[in-house]
Amino acid sequence: MSVLAAIGRVVLMFLAAIGRVALFAGRTLTHFVQPPFYGREFAHALLHIGWLSLPVVGLTAIFTGGALALQIYAGGARFNAEAVVPQIVAIGMVRELGPVLVGLMIAARVTSSIAAEIATMKVTEQIDALVTLSTHPMKYLTVPRVLAALIAVPFLVGVGDIIGIFGGYAVATGTLSFNPAAYIKNTVDFLEPLDVISSLTKGAVFGFCAALMGCYYGMNSGRGAMGVGAATKGSVEAAAVLILAANFVLTGVFFSL
Amino acid sequence: MIRMQGVTKSFGSNHVLRGVDLHIAKGTSMVIIGGSGTGKSVALKCVLGLVTPDAGTILVDGKPAGVGDRDAFLARFGMLFQGGALFDSLPVWQNVAFRLLRGALKRPREEARAIAIEKLRRVGLKADVADRLPAELSGGMQKRVGLARAIAAEPEIIFFDEPTTGLDPIMAGVINDLIREIVVEMGATAMTITHDMTSARAIADTVAMLHDGVIQWTGTVEQMDNSGNPYIDQFIHGRSEGPIEAVR
Repeated sequence: MSVLAAIGRVVLMFLAAIGRVALFAGRTLTHFVQPPFYGREFAHALLHIGWLSLPVVGLTAIFTGGALALQIYAGGARFNAEAVVPQIVAIGMVRELGPVLVGLMIAARVTSSIAAEIATMKVTEQIDALVTLSTHPMKYLTVPRVLAALIAVPFLVGVGDIIGIFGGYAVATGTLSFNPAAYIKNTVDFLEPLDVISSLTKGAVFGFCAALMGCYYGMNSGRGAMGVGAATKGSVEAAAVLILAANFVLTGVFFSL
Repeated sequence: MIRMQGVTKSFGSNHVLRGVDLHIAKGTSMVIIGGSGTGKSVALKCVLGLVTPDAGTILVDGKPAGVGDRDAFLARFGMLFQGGALFDSLPVWQNVAFRLLRGALKRPREEARAIAIEKLRRVGLKADVADRLPAELSGGMQKRVGLARAIAAEPEIIFFDEPTTGLDPIMAGVINDLIREIVVEMGATAMTITHDMTSARAIADTVAMLHDGVIQWTGTVEQMDNSGNPYIDQFIHGRSEGPIEAVR
């Protein structure tokens, strides 16, 4: 009986947490369309999330694309299908690896940074100070960051897709003796508009999840350095799991189209 | 001007406020004293709506606090936080002029900067501090910037949360004098919470002692030394013997 009660408690806690996150997401979306809008904070968030994430996204994508080309070539060689490298690199990067890897890198880089910053603001009473200065913390801290991630991450995914494909191209033409022109032609011919749309849609959803989790855990942080640490760790874990779960759901949705 | 009646607040099983009754008259400076963890900050945050009381009434000018236009309500207040609570990412002048750069009190950027520099000067800081980040300032300077921010929009009511905590005695004296001068000069109503008796004597018109979640004594600074109240006697003389347990 005590085991059942323990399982019940965990399930209830899990459902309550989902409810709290859903309410937080709902409140964030409501504030999207209610003035005031803090343009300066939005621009700062866009720079931090979009522009400053480009190096890490580029490096992740180029190495992944290169490794993918090597794997497909080696695997394809077992049944004389080495020629499919351009097509599989393209579809693998655009449909799956590009969005997921960029999403996870954003969770590591941006979610942690947002959670730590907001949690520190909470611990040092800066959030209370915002309220006393007639500024809604959700509008000032959450909305600019979530909106910036919603816009910047699809852009990063697009860049990551291109760089990843280029990584595969560089390896294939440089070490696997593929013809450069034929590689590009095969890549372009094989990709469909829906592949690109699914990639960018995933980017937008993952960006929303990543920034939302950073803000949620930051705003609900406990006290002291331990509270900030726990908020940061929790935010990255939650964002990563949410991104992978959303990827599964979105892949199912796009496969059914 | 501010009246608290039967205000209670608990965090789980910790009953912090058990029925606080307090009245602060317009234009006066009330200091709430009490040991650490006795709920002084919670009482102050209840007035501002940062903490929602479980029961009781809080009236500001006879109207329930926080009812109606919240921005207009908060625009009447200035607050100096214990740790300064300055925004790390903004330079000093933007911290001071925060309220003047956005919302209902928004002014042109140059005008807001000029006001910020004037308020910094008022608290004894030079204009060259304006473009520094809060992390580049000493603790005393951060308190002064916090004070400048609290008075930037010339509020009717100013709250000071432990204004001298963590400062050396000279800097604490400077901050106490500044608070007193500014409150008199602006004609503001002030509510300060502290456990620093030097600070309390320098700032207060009236003193209230909070212990065990209720106000144990209220009176003027002059009455405080001969109050005959065992709580306040023990507190102001720093004795370990008395009704207040030394180990809490």
